[in-house]
Amino acid sequence: MRARAPITGFMARHPRLSQLATIALFLLVWEITARFFVDKMFLSPPSRVYSEIDRVLNTKGLMQALTLTLYELSAAFVIAVAIGMAIGLSVGLNAFARRCFMPIILLLYGIPQIVILPLFILGLGIGPPSKIAFGVTHGIFPIILAIVAGVQNLKPVLLTSARSMGANRWHVLRYVVLPHMMPSFFSGLRLGMTGVLLGVLLAELYVSTAGIGYFTGLFTQNFDPTRLLGLISILAAMAIALNEFMRTVERRFSRWRGND
Amino acid sequence: MAGDVRPAPPGDRSEARITRLVQISFIAALGALWWLATNVWGMSPILLPKPQNAFSELLDILGSGEFWPDLLLTLGELAGAFAISMTLGVTIGFLVSQSPTYVRVFEPLLAGVYAVPIILFLPLYVLFFGLGASSKIALGATISFFPIVLNTIAGFTSIDKLYVTAAKSMGASPTILLRHVLIPGALPIILSGLRMGFTVALLSIIGSETIASLAGLGHRIVNLAESLEIGRMFAYIVFVVVIAASLNAVVSRLEARRSLDP
Repeated sequence: MRARAPITGFMARHPRLSQLATIALFLLVWEITARFFVDKMFLSPPSRVYSEIDRVLNTKGLMQALTLTLYELSAAFVIAVAIGMAIGLSVGLNAFARRCFMPIILLLYGIPQIVILPLFILGLGIGPPSKIAFGVTHGIFPIILAIVAGVQNLKPVLLTSARSMGANRWHVLRYVVLPHMMPSFFSGLRLGMTGVLLGVLLAELYVSTAGIGYFTGLFTQNFDPTRLLGLISILAAMAIALNEFMRTVERRFSRWRGND
Repeated sequence: MAGDVRPAPPGDRSEARITRLVQISFIAALGALWWLATNVWGMSPILLPKPQNAFSELLDILGSGEFWPDLLLTLGELAGAFAISMTLGVTIGFLVSQSPTYVRVFEPLLAGVYAVPIILFLPLYVLFFGLGASSKIALGATISFFPIVLNTIAGFTSIDKLYVTAAKSMGASPTILLRHVLIPGALPIILSGLRMGFTVALLSIIGSETIASLAGLGHRIVNLAESLEIGRMFAYIVFVVVIAASLNAVVSRLEARRSLDP
């Protein structure tokens, strides 16, 4: 395709560089806006956020808050995967159960769960248990759906041949069902992680006495955008890292299938 | 266990009836469990109200019409947020899709930001826009912008080049090309982006009302939770869930109908 303008031609030749340039332009606009046009009670320039990131990390109790949030995330993820797998396998492996319960699961999945967040707080308190539980209810549905999708198009001939060669139930599950559902299982894990992250963060932002939600609230109320933006950047970087990690795992475990 | 994994042949009417029966009895069992837990086993009414109380509260809410201000505010915020994200998302998506180079440069950037849970920025939005409706509209617009713009890009780039070449060689002007080739070709994918955007806009608006606000349905639920009027809170939860489910159903129906049109 012929370049219409010099800038398009440059983009075509250096796509990576253009992406970096776009990000740099964004930061520049942000920097200028924050320095000259907006009250510094509301917005900090990125240079200041970056240079004072250690002030964020040195805030008393913040490291513990990050650790606590990570703990909530991992606990919620493990529970969501365990329960999601159990429900997904028991619903997915049986056509009758699938027809009965999939509509109910899809219906529940469609509910905006945020409306029941106050119930979680009332039932489980404002500590980590309510955050973990809310993360679980957000993460479990993508996992169930992925597992059901993964097992339901299993070719019957594979099961028949495995059984005719003397495989018992455990063997069928371990050597036929499990490898078959691996790719969709891992994409379910990634989506589940996204859900868990959303649930835990929502619950943290709603009410928190020791997690990161406490600090975002504190920095907002103190009109301290430098530290607020610093904390948000750290969390966003964590979220991106988690997502990339799950994508790498997903690719690695789906590789054996090739392109079938 | 692993015996029958084939999709059942559709149209078996007695099977369908049994399925329906199991579903209904499952939901009835949950309801019975709720009734038993609160009326017989003496579960604390602060954690779980009696179903009959929640139901009478629901009738009271619907009868008195006290839900109107909150409902209208939430729907207004939703309309504002969706109007912004739809306009910006479709426009920017269309502009980016005009050249493969733009797609290669900007699409990964947009997809990268989409991976961040944007709800993180809620405190920032509250700082900028205050506790009122504008912070909800801004957050809802931001969150729903990404599925819309990404699907618009995907929609326009998915069109078979052959159609464009054919239309051009038959002398189609840019307007005719857009009207008769590009838009009909991209519409199904754009519409599914709009549906996703609508769903997340609704979610994030109710979410931000729950977390930090002065009014709206989400705020009402939190208020009732804080004053421990759990029966009424349950009634409101049911109300919001029904509203959300019917809005989503309407949007899905619209999407399905428009996508089938040639």
